[in-house]
Amino acid sequence: MSVALREFWAGVRAQLPILVGVVPFGAIYGALAIGAGLPVAAAQAMSALVFAGSSQFVAAGLFAAAAPWPVIVLTTLIINLRHVWYSASVAPYLAHLPLRWKLALAYLLTDEAYVVAIQRYARPVAEPDQRHFYFAGTGLALWVAWQISTAIGVFVGAQVPPAWNLDFALPLTFIALLATAISDRPAALAAVVAGVIAVLAVGLPYQLGLMLAAAAGIVAGTLAARRLRQRPAPEVQP
Amino acid sequence: MNDLAIWATMLAMALVTLLSRLSFIAAWGRITLPEGLREALRFVPPAVLAAIILPALVIRDAQLNLSPDNDRLIAGLVATLIAWRTRNALATIAVGMVTLFLIGMLR
Repeated sequence: MSVALREFWAGVRAQLPILVGVVPFGAIYGALAIGAGLPVAAAQAMSALVFAGSSQFVAAGLFAAAAPWPVIVLTTLIINLRHVWYSASVAPYLAHLPLRWKLALAYLLTDEAYVVAIQRYARPVAEPDQRHFYFAGTGLALWVAWQISTAIGVFVGAQVPPAWNLDFALPLTFIALLATAISDRPAALAAVVAGVIAVLAVGLPYQLGLMLAAAAGIVAGTLAARRLRQRPAPEVQP
Repeated sequence: MNDLAIWATMLAMALVTLLSRLSFIAAWGRITLPEGLREALRFVPPAVLAAIILPALVIRDAQLNLSPDNDRLIAGLVATLIAWRTRNALATIAVGMVTLFLIGMLR
């Protein structure tokens, strides 16, 4: 098997456990979108075109509330603005790729694909670098699962009893991802600061609290890492 | 909203989402980030994930709820322990869902 193909399947495999949490979330979105009065084709197409879970949830609610279209588009933009950070984070690794690869991987740059792919980029690789196939594999695995789970939700979702708490699968998925993303103490501090600020800022409109919290966490982590480096190495006692 | 307006709105949603994701990927090389800012980007995953998770666990009915009555907080803490100990996504999600279900049954 070629290196590219091996990277692709490794990316797919790395995403599989995450899908356990994503599939119920997709099914809930499908059910919600139908409940919001969206036509079946539009509910399904939103998963294919927008491909951003939390913003699709909010948009379904706004469609149901007959919100004006600029409000829906602007809300989508604000919720998905965190992807700008993901974009900046992966950009140096994709710089050598042709535009069609950049477009495709940007389209696949979800929370789950990003967290898995960026950990692959942190590991060394033999030349030539084929890690974009890993990114594509992990992103496509999520894409396929998102489309299928949306379809399930569109057709059967409304019959699932609320007592199953299927919507809880998403925070659980993120908890699993967070455990792999905390690699050292500055990263742990970034998570704690961001989490606390997000709770304090939860009243802010349009999930602006999320952006504010993430920014605070990133600053805290960076300062902590800098401080650790500046501290002189402890002297060895005989 | 008629069908045409729904589809037009959705296309605009898709466009702004793709532009957010494409932003730095497309612009890299033409704009360069200072070294300090590049280093900061490694804190994006822990910060964003924690900022999504914590409110989902402790905010119930628009109120901060840190009491043992908060089923999702308990289940989330159990899942966090599993995630931290095992680094296994499947186990984390499964244990978290089952814990929440069992607490709901017991109450």
